[in-house]
Amino acid sequence: MHLLHMLSPEQPRRRTTPTQPHPVILIHLPHALYPGREMASNTVVAPSVDRTCGPEAGLMRFMLLFSRQGKLRLQKWYLATSDKEKKKMVRELMQVVLARKPKMCSFLEWRDLKVVYKRYASLYFCCAIEGQDNELITLELIHRYVELLDKYFGSVCELDIIFNFEKAYFILDEFLMGGEIQDTSKKSVLKAIEQADLLQEEDESPRSVLEEMGLA
Amino acid sequence: MSDVVERTLSALPGLLGQQDPGAGPGGGPGRVSATSRLGGLIRSITALSSKHEEEKLIQQEQTNLKATVSAPTTTLRLMKECMVRLIYCEMLGYESSFGYIHAIKLAQQGNLLEKRVGYLAVSLFLHENHELLLLLVNTVVKDLQSTNLVEVCMALTVVSQIFPREMIPAVLPLIEDKLQHSKEIIRRKAVQALYKFYLIAPNQVQHIHDKFRKALCDRDVGVMAASLHIYLQMIKKNASGYKDLTESFVSILKQVVGGKLPIDFNYHSVPAPWLQIQLLRILGLLGKDDPRTSELMYDVLDESLRRAEINHNITYGLKALTYVIQQDPNLALQHQMTIIECLDHPDPIIKRETLELLYRITNGQNVTVIVQKMLDYLRQSKEEYTIINLTGKIAELVEKYAPDNEWFIQTMNAVFSVGGDVMHPDIPNNFLRLLAEGFDDEKEDEELRLYAVQSYLSLLEEEDTFYPQKFLQVMSWVLGEYSYLINDGDPEVIITRLHRLLKQTFVTSETKAWIMTAVTKMSSRMSCSKTVDKLIQEFSTSLDTCMRQYAFELKHLCENKELMKNLFPLDASCDEIMVDASLSFLDGFVAEGLSCGAAPYKPHHQRQEEKLSQEKALNFEPYGLSFTSNMSSSGFTGRQSPAGLSLGSDMSGNSAELGQKETNCLKLDGVRKLWGKEGYLPKKENKTGKEDKTQPVPQDSILTAHVVDPPLMQSEQQVVSLSEEEKEKQQLASTLFVGLGSNSTISLMGRADIITQKLKKKSKISETQNSEEASSFQNIATLPFSPLPDTTPNNKENFQGNEHLGLRKISLSSSEVLEASVSFETSQSVTEVGLDEQLSNCRLSTSSLFADSNIEVFQPPQNVPDIVANKAPLSLCLPEELAGHPHSEIVELCSSDILTVYWCKVWTDDCSRLVLFVANNSTSPLKTVNLVFESAEHFKIFESLSCHFPVIEAQSMESCQKCVQLEKVCTEGVLSGSISYHLDTDTHLEFSLTFSLSDFIRPMKMTTEDFGRLWLSFSNDVKQNLKMSPSQGSLSIALNALKQKLKLHIVEIIGNEGIAACRLLPSVPCLLHCRTHARTLALWFRSSCSALPDSLLYQCQKVMEEA
Repeated sequence: MHLLHMLSPEQPRRRTTPTQPHPVILIHLPHALYPGREMASNTVVAPSVDRTCGPEAGLMRFMLLFSRQGKLRLQKWYLATSDKEKKKMVRELMQVVLARKPKMCSFLEWRDLKVVYKRYASLYFCCAIEGQDNELITLELIHRYVELLDKYFGSVCELDIIFNFEKAYFILDEFLMGGEIQDTSKKSVLKAIEQADLLQEEDESPRSVLEEMGLA
Repeated sequence: MSDVVERTLSALPGLLGQQDPGAGPGGGPGRVSATSRLGGLIRSITALSSKHEEEKLIQQEQTNLKATVSAPTTTLRLMKECMVRLIYCEMLGYESSFGYIHAIKLAQQGNLLEKRVGYLAVSLFLHENHELLLLLVNTVVKDLQSTNLVEVCMALTVVSQIFPREMIPAVLPLIEDKLQHSKEIIRRKAVQALYKFYLIAPNQVQHIHDKFRKALCDRDVGVMAASLHIYLQMIKKNASGYKDLTESFVSILKQVVGGKLPIDFNYHSVPAPWLQIQLLRILGLLGKDDPRTSELMYDVLDESLRRAEINHNITYGLKALTYVIQQDPNLALQHQMTIIECLDHPDPIIKRETLELLYRITNGQNVTVIVQKMLDYLRQSKEEYTIINLTGKIAELVEKYAPDNEWFIQTMNAVFSVGGDVMHPDIPNNFLRLLAEGFDDEKEDEELRLYAVQSYLSLLEEEDTFYPQKFLQVMSWVLGEYSYLINDGDPEVIITRLHRLLKQTFVTSETKAWIMTAVTKMSSRMSCSKTVDKLIQEFSTSLDTCMRQYAFELKHLCENKELMKNLFPLDASCDEIMVDASLSFLDGFVAEGLSCGAAPYKPHHQRQEEKLSQEKALNFEPYGLSFTSNMSSSGFTGRQSPAGLSLGSDMSGNSAELGQKETNCLKLDGVRKLWGKEGYLPKKENKTGKEDKTQPVPQDSILTAHVVDPPLMQSEQQVVSLSEEEKEKQQLASTLFVGLGSNSTISLMGRADIITQKLKKKSKISETQNSEEASSFQNIATLPFSPLPDTTPNNKENFQGNEHLGLRKISLSSSEVLEASVSFETSQSVTEVGLDEQLSNCRLSTSSLFADSNIEVFQPPQNVPDIVANKAPLSLCLPEELAGHPHSEIVELCSSDILTVYWCKVWTDDCSRLVLFVANNSTSPLKTVNLVFESAEHFKIFESLSCHFPVIEAQSMESCQKCVQLEKVCTEGVLSGSISYHLDTDTHLEFSLTFSLSDFIRPMKMTTEDFGRLWLSFSNDVKQNLKMSPSQGSLSIALNALKQKLKLHIVEIIGNEGIAACRLLPSVPCLLHCRTHARTLALWFRSSCSALPDSLLYQCQKVMEEA
């Protein structure tokens, strides 16, 4: 059962064409690239400090992957949560999401969070974001993650994720970092993963592999 | 489709046995054979049929794993295997904490591959406050310095996932260096890690802002995109500081929209949508309220809009519509049939969104229908959040638009019975306040109350019906207060019903207290009653001590009817009750006790501290001789002493207590009728300023019918025979959308602005109270009110103690609390005493306390807000009692032709005062000038947020003072407010002023020994190295600069080290240790308050930069 075959009709699966050479993005700063002394003093901000308790808008709270049978396949928490609370939230949220019918909308307000979920074959991808965040873009984010998994595993299916969940975590870590999008370019995410994977295959001499890749 | 899925899954165990899933098409690089141990585990779990079997299997697995990971012979390769299985067990919900430490070890010792799994396990197992995480710091530092790219990447990834806040300084320079790394992936991850640091400790990265600019201009798109996260946050904080970057952001967006990015950034042919959204957010913040900056963006915004595809997800449509109709309610009319359909949508989420939309378009005419819809939904809903949310909305609508008394009471009854005990406590409180305070029309008030009484009586008539506690409390309060309004009813009957309730088992003891109070009130109006006698008898032997006490009180009161009538006057719930919170009548008793040799009162924490210091046999004074060696030890180990840790947690307990304060008050209120000043008024006072705006004119029904009709008629012409159902829907539509016509004056932007009859009526009461407060305030302000300048941070506790006192009645005689109030005259108790004699007493007592205290006289701070303002006329001078204190320049705050407001800050030893002068420039007297502050996030203003001047004579000036306290630590914050006055027309002037942290810092004198002791007891610390310019030279020069600007007290300077202390008002101490070493100044702050060191550090940095 390949996940991407379950794409909903409004999002036809489009394979991106092979890469082109990277054009360099040009930015024109008004006051030269690196501001002089006086500018620097202008840019001193007075931030408030009392932010130890949690992130600001934009950060994802957590991401869950679970099956139709209610088995958790992957969980990533971006905000410190106690184990007990985690379990409770996972259980409740699974119940809510699994009870929803196929034609119902992908967004729901749950507790003080917004939950965005999407079902791919037998697997539910579920993200929790905060009030002022954009649900639609989160939905696309889920889809991008599935695309990444698909490209990496080659027609990904649930079994791939079950047996290689650590790989799924690695990909997620390259895609989202600390709850914020790190790289949306499929190519660079996969490149980072493949670099690390190459090491796996040539376990004995990691240094020489690095040199081959021109990284060392 | 789902069948297929199920079949696949049921075949899963067999499938796994036969073949390797990795052999499928594609066969990506990551496929691992399912014959591994993990595969075995997964396979056997999938084969199980019950949860119980699974538990057993996992338990066994965990035992095996535990043995393996702790065996010394286990190779790292095997350890890696074990970690993966442990992660799996944790995912299934079985805690495997025994493996956490091994995960850290694996990350530390393993080769690249093992390290990778080790780091992954750590980031999944631990959270950023986990104590084991400290063990990871060294590994991260080592890996960051590695020449191997992959190791650096892993370290950066883990840093941005979880990293202990206090350890940031250890890795910060390393990560900073990575910003110049040749590989873009490293630069990108470094930026992302710094973003994470910015979120948890903004001050520590503020010196690298320049480097963020470089990141923004990076030739790699990924690095640039990562830097946008930081910019979004920084611009949110301070948009004006980044206006110069607008063009850069616009140019980036242009390039993104124009498809200039590498193709793999495209997402389904949309170029980098995430990047676009991020940029649009930034531009939105930059362009807000700034037409000039906005102009730069129009082109590109237009372009982005044209390219954006429109998505039709139904909730999203509704959401959008909800936002849109805030701007223009008429738009809702065009979509009315869609909205009606959404109301019956099978998806509850859509229904709820629809109700949200309806809530926005509610008015006096459609309120009954909409509220009915909401109640229907509420009855089906079981989720707590939904109930809280919806009951709040219903209560708000009902309070605003209720067409008649009957409906009002009935609907509120429904809200109370459905909302039950989960709804917000404000709802019953507001409801009761509304009943109690009433409206202008006395007759209408009585009708409402009478109706409420009648409806509750009929509800209580049925036996064995269950009502939520809150509802019962509301009923008993109303019955107790207003049952006398029933002329024909026998009070005996009501008491019998209440009596019956008292015997029910589902009634909690809190509710019973409410009921008893109601019975007490009612019996004060009756000569004698058998039921009351019976009740007294029954509960005099109750096992519940509270009930027994109530019964005895009632018994004694019944013996003296005259007294009882005085105690419970009719309909006096809104009258102020004067409470002698300082228990001044006991002064004599205390004085007598003292003169007889009794020990003076010491607050709890002081006693404990003394006990502690006596008990301590160990020497905890590191700052004497061992000073140098102690401080030069490595900076990475934060706190060493276990004693310090435990004390630290003690201190932090304070803030939690403070947080509880509010709920405590509310609870106490419930028991006694206290709808007074302290209870609920603050909120209302806020509104008074806004209520001068025009009121929505109730729509003429003919007019609205006219407006609503056209679309309806059209559709009727088109479809001649409408089905029954559709007719119903249309009818519903016409009831829902009534009053939304083009002539409607309803402002839907922000509910708070809407003024309703009921609120309007209420404002009168608060106004009179304002004036009362204002006049009494003048007296209070002259007092140097001061909590003891204590060296311990526990003063808040005492404040709280007093607060309790204020609410308790005179009957209390706990000597400890009593004495507390004698030695701590807070402003609050003073207000309530209100007697001249008391005032002079207070003044005496506080000033004598003051003389003993060891407060330094400090220099006026230099950083007077640099507002470009006209200098105030010379005639402005500070009130006598403040004249001797340092103060800022008196500058203009806001002005109109008629009136000018000047302000200045006065820094007294015990608080920061804000003095405002209101000058009448016109030739006629100004009446009812109201000055109202908005409640600010960081500050608290005493006594009230408002200031009221009944009259300001022509060409004369009035002044008022407010004491400002910093409630939430911040480096700088804005207080805004407005002044309104009436002269021909109502005029409204807005103003805002800035307070910075240094306004609330005072020196704190102490000895080196004290410093040492305190230093160990604080757990919150921040360290930072600052570069010193050559001109700053020695430590003493630098410290003196800090002393002058920040009002620090320098405790001692030895060689190149120095210690200083200060306190945040009222008395939160903060200690500073600094050391110079080769042009760097190492600052180390410690405090009992977690946010204070960070903010002070920021202030120090500023001072050093300026110098």
